[in-house]
Amino acid sequence: MSARFATQINPAARKKTFFQQVAQNRTFLIMVAIPILYVIVFSYIPMGGIILAFKDYKYRLGIFGSPWVGLNNFRYFFISGAAGRVIRNTLLYNMAFITAGMIIEVFFAIVLSEIRNRYFKKIAQSMMLLPFFISWVVVSSIVYSVLSYEYGLINNLLAGVGGEPVNLYALPKAWPFILVFLRIWKGAGYGCIIYLANITSIDPEIYEAADIDGANIWQKTSAITLQHLRPTMVILFLLAMGGMFRGDFGMFYQIIRNNGTLLPYTDIIDTFVFRALLSSSDVGMSAASGLFQSVLCFITVMLANFVVTKIDPDYALF
Amino acid sequence: MEYTNRGIRTGKDRIIFNAVAYLVLGVFALLCVIPFYLVIVASLTSEEAIMREGFSLLVRDFSLEGYEIILNNPATIARAYLNTVTVTVTGTVVSVFMVTMCGYVLQQRSFPWRNKIMMFFYFTTLFSGGLTPYYILCTRYLGFKNKFYALILPSAFSVWNMIIAKNFMRTIPPEIHESAKMDGAGEFRIFLSLILPLAKPLLATLGLFSALGFWNDWYNCMLFIDDKDLYTLQYFLQEMLNSIENLRIVAEKSGIVVPVLPTEAMKMAMTIVVTGPIIFVYPFIQRFFIKGLTIGSVKG
Repeated sequence: MSARFATQINPAARKKTFFQQVAQNRTFLIMVAIPILYVIVFSYIPMGGIILAFKDYKYRLGIFGSPWVGLNNFRYFFISGAAGRVIRNTLLYNMAFITAGMIIEVFFAIVLSEIRNRYFKKIAQSMMLLPFFISWVVVSSIVYSVLSYEYGLINNLLAGVGGEPVNLYALPKAWPFILVFLRIWKGAGYGCIIYLANITSIDPEIYEAADIDGANIWQKTSAITLQHLRPTMVILFLLAMGGMFRGDFGMFYQIIRNNGTLLPYTDIIDTFVFRALLSSSDVGMSAASGLFQSVLCFITVMLANFVVTKIDPDYALF
Repeated sequence: MEYTNRGIRTGKDRIIFNAVAYLVLGVFALLCVIPFYLVIVASLTSEEAIMREGFSLLVRDFSLEGYEIILNNPATIARAYLNTVTVTVTGTVVSVFMVTMCGYVLQQRSFPWRNKIMMFFYFTTLFSGGLTPYYILCTRYLGFKNKFYALILPSAFSVWNMIIAKNFMRTIPPEIHESAKMDGAGEFRIFLSLILPLAKPLLATLGLFSALGFWNDWYNCMLFIDDKDLYTLQYFLQEMLNSIENLRIVAEKSGIVVPVLPTEAMKMAMTIVVTGPIIFVYPFIQRFFIKGLTIGSVKG
């Protein structure tokens, strides 16, 4: 609008044509050309590939040659009972990860901020960060050495006190607890940093004033620290909820591997999509379940972002 | 009431709090480290001892046979090491360069389409076609199967890192760009010789994030690679954990004759070989990862 207005007053400031703009910004355009090409190839073209969800994919015929089957892939995904199971697992695990993770990270952040012994604090924090740097493959190897039925440390210690060995790899019900523990083990050291930084930014005078009023440490923690952390907690919680249907493939795939006994309690959408993709007859259903997940993810992210925008636009994703 | 020199009352509440704090933190910190210690011990224990008594916290029957077999495999393990290092170095350089350059351009106020292009990038983080079409595209139409670049390309650009870079670029005063422009420098020149040196903290953080990602990657290798010569370390370990057959192949190639295949000791030794560099390096680089949480947090 303003450009058109400017043209009327001063013909010299006429809006440049598209090609003039391109010519003027050619270096910038070249600089972003490869990244743009990159997302076209690796993100946008696969988005077009969602047509696979409506086809019976045959390797021989390719994506375009394979016959259309309407909603059959979705029907199969839901009727086989897999859908209910993997959606429930994905949701419940994520809720447990988000809630337990947040409680423990906030707790660690508060505790770390109150500790006065600098060396203890530094060393403890370094130790807590170690699992963050390790891949899930390595974690899987470690978990095996701790939990394995024949040689595992836990069964070893149990035998040492005269207990019966437990075969956790045949006990599906134990895995929600093991996986939540592993998630916290791997992520809490890194996750608490953001809360710790937040606590450090609290004005020390507030604590001094509370000291003078005779507040004890529990009162100070609940009335000052937690109150101060609350906005961050709410925002991070909502943003995490936006990814409620996105499972941590690496974790579930590496820790559980192909242990069929554990699958009822540990199969999530992402591992299901992957397994279906590998068995050539289920490629269509793999695409359908993947698309179903993508749509759910899109809706939850938009919802989460909408709520965040209402609370504090500064933290909105876009 | 007593006050310490920091102004903190050392009452009964403080004593209880400290006791809980030190105890819980100490226990959790130990829990984070002990498993690695356990793996090191197991990797140094003879297979018979593991078979007889299982994994334990003390070395009972010292033996290096796990390491001997693994390190005697120049054709396989050394190859995987070389692949991982090459992937990590190339991938990190390419990724950091692309991400930083893209973030820089999209932060330029004079660039007319910056918001539209930003939305174009951003949308890919909100919606995706899923693994299936992506996999078929890469293997069937782009020929990624058993190609070395398949280990790098799929992770060579990250929209999230680009957003971090873009936000960091806001902290660089625009006058630098303007004065260089007046001196007649081209945009690419300005980026290379003026902006990059100023963005060192960003480069360090993004570089280490990418390097860790490439070092720890097994996913690309699992999706695209069957050729053992192209295995990365992580995927090699995954294969060793998954089947005794793979362990047997490694043992045969080492040329060391063993009465019993030391499967457990080999797995543990391989875990240490794969993780070793990270355990040594991470205490020195962790601050960059901590900084990574705040470096790009200026909302753009």
